[in-house]
Amino acid sequence: MNESLTMFGMPKTLFDKIWEAHLVANVQGGIDVLYIDRHFIHEVTSPQAFTGLEQRGIPVFRPKQTIATADHNVPTQNQHLPIQEELSRFQVDRLTENCAKFGVELYGLGHAYQGIVHVIGPELGITQPGMTIVCGDSHTSTHGAFGCIAFGIGTSQVEQVLATQCLLQEKPKQMRINVDGVLPKGVSAKDIILYIIAQLTAAGGTGYFVEYAGSAIRALSMEARMTICNMSIEMGARGGLIAPDETTIRYVQGRKFAPEGEAWDRAAAYWQTLYSDAEAVFDQEYHFRAEDIGPMLTYGTNPGMGIEVSGHIPNEDGKNFVKALEYMGLQPGEQLIGKTVNHVFIGSCTNSRIEDLRLVAAFIKGKQKAPNVHAMIVPGSKLVEAQAKAEQLDVIFRDAGFDFREPGCSACLGMNEDKIPRGEYCVSTSNRNFEGRQGQGARTILASPLMAAATAIAGRIVDVREELN
Amino acid sequence: MEKFQILRSTAVPLPAEDVDTDQIIPARFLKATTREGFGENLFRDWRYQANGAPQPDFVLNNPIYGGAILVAGKNFGCGSSREHAAWALYDYGFRVVVSSFYADIFRGNAINNGLLPVEVSDAFLNQIFETIEADPNTQFEVDLAQQTFGIPAKGLSARFEIDPYKKMCLLNGYDDIDYLLSLKTEIAAFEKQRESV
Repeated sequence: MNESLTMFGMPKTLFDKIWEAHLVANVQGGIDVLYIDRHFIHEVTSPQAFTGLEQRGIPVFRPKQTIATADHNVPTQNQHLPIQEELSRFQVDRLTENCAKFGVELYGLGHAYQGIVHVIGPELGITQPGMTIVCGDSHTSTHGAFGCIAFGIGTSQVEQVLATQCLLQEKPKQMRINVDGVLPKGVSAKDIILYIIAQLTAAGGTGYFVEYAGSAIRALSMEARMTICNMSIEMGARGGLIAPDETTIRYVQGRKFAPEGEAWDRAAAYWQTLYSDAEAVFDQEYHFRAEDIGPMLTYGTNPGMGIEVSGHIPNEDGKNFVKALEYMGLQPGEQLIGKTVNHVFIGSCTNSRIEDLRLVAAFIKGKQKAPNVHAMIVPGSKLVEAQAKAEQLDVIFRDAGFDFREPGCSACLGMNEDKIPRGEYCVSTSNRNFEGRQGQGARTILASPLMAAATAIAGRIVDVREELN
Repeated sequence: MEKFQILRSTAVPLPAEDVDTDQIIPARFLKATTREGFGENLFRDWRYQANGAPQPDFVLNNPIYGGAILVAGKNFGCGSSREHAAWALYDYGFRVVVSSFYADIFRGNAINNGLLPVEVSDAFLNQIFETIEADPNTQFEVDLAQQTFGIPAKGLSARFEIDPYKKMCLLNGYDDIDYLLSLKTEIAAFEKQRESV
């Protein structure tokens, strides 16, 4: 947007307001130099960036604005012991060495704040409304739930941010997705986002930054909003954001790194100016009704291939569709309901927060997992794990036969030992059902925590709405 | 970064759509801490069977096809932000990817590593696939300065878009860090001005 126009009060989107507040300069050709407030790093996408700094002989420009954790490539059992797998141990050790050498705060294994990078930022109050946040991880969009411009970057860009606290970015197009109405019983934020992606396809948001709005979004807790924004990338969008409101401000207040005293008052007042003006124009806009959304499941090999739990797998032409169903061992016209499932994974940056765990615990309390099922619950962070234990949720999980682990990305991407065997189905609360994502040949069915819990108890896919009645 | 100017080469056809970065380089190969060597595991689970033997149906195992250009179906590079996908393609020997649609993060990662993402129309993409199918030895020509992707034998050429700054970087082998480092005074001034607000 042209600066002279904005001075005359041209309506702006929430995204415009944050972008303009971080604009350092403009390069020829429409690329902006964007200032980055917070930079999260982890062991997998940072080592080559640090090597780059070493080769250039330059320091981290603003080390206090980068926060590190180990999450992708860590075991979820016996974290107090040295990592068994040699390559993984070496990679995690490199992160420790790099952080020490360059003065970056590390919440590594054994630290009370360790966890999945997109879980710890918000819960520690590092993520705050109006910020620009990046990380070498596509699910950085999670932080958009606070009204942030947050997006994933490649390792070359990690190096740029370490070196200069800035990024060269083309301003994306803007989309608004409105969800109005009241969600039916048994339907959650995960179902909203799976429904949206099924409607818009896995590439429907490419080139866009998305703002989620509407009464059904406003009604969500911060953790539920994070689930929505988290999966923006699964429709191709760089990120998604939600205007901060009372729910946001209440969530941030009092957290470890949240502002205090006068600084808090100033920040909270500023955050209340962060919304899209009534007349703001979006390049693309969609409207959905919460009442139309049911528990969702994916049947294919990208997150856009989703249906309602009682729906039938569509029949589409094309080699890609056929290949996806062949990989999944499914037929067009088939229903997923009733299908035997031997693996359930509850975790990942999409659904591993305390509310997710509470929801699962409330559902499975007093029940037993089906004998055929291995049900794994991996908390998003040490703080989530500690909270779950304080509420004795861990007892409920163990009594029901669930395998309650230590924090990490785990079976979402199968970088560590937590893999689903070839040919087996896994109902998973994670974000991607790509071929081999959870292990070579593994067949992923994405679902909400409640649907995953119900599957674990029944040993087959059921409609959780019927279990709740 | 290496300069990219003009490339003449045969091309490898991969008509699959929505090729995600987990297929390009599966997560279990992301444990390396350098940028080199990922080409070996490029498209690992499509390229090799479970027992490690080459998958005969997969295009990279078909000696008829070769070259520094990969031609792929739409929405190439979706999913994870892992730059390892661009490193793997480059390390294997590709210098250009052609598709009718790219995922945003992959496109940026490719350019930052001297791997040129060429976007053409669906119709032109089909023409390229048909051309390779008819004659795998067909030479294609990618001219970055002119922003054209050509099939000289057929007298066909399509223009592709690229940001002028990124084009200049690729033509000269510059990377963004050099540019950003030259702006450090402006960046520090920006920080000061924000503090005073």
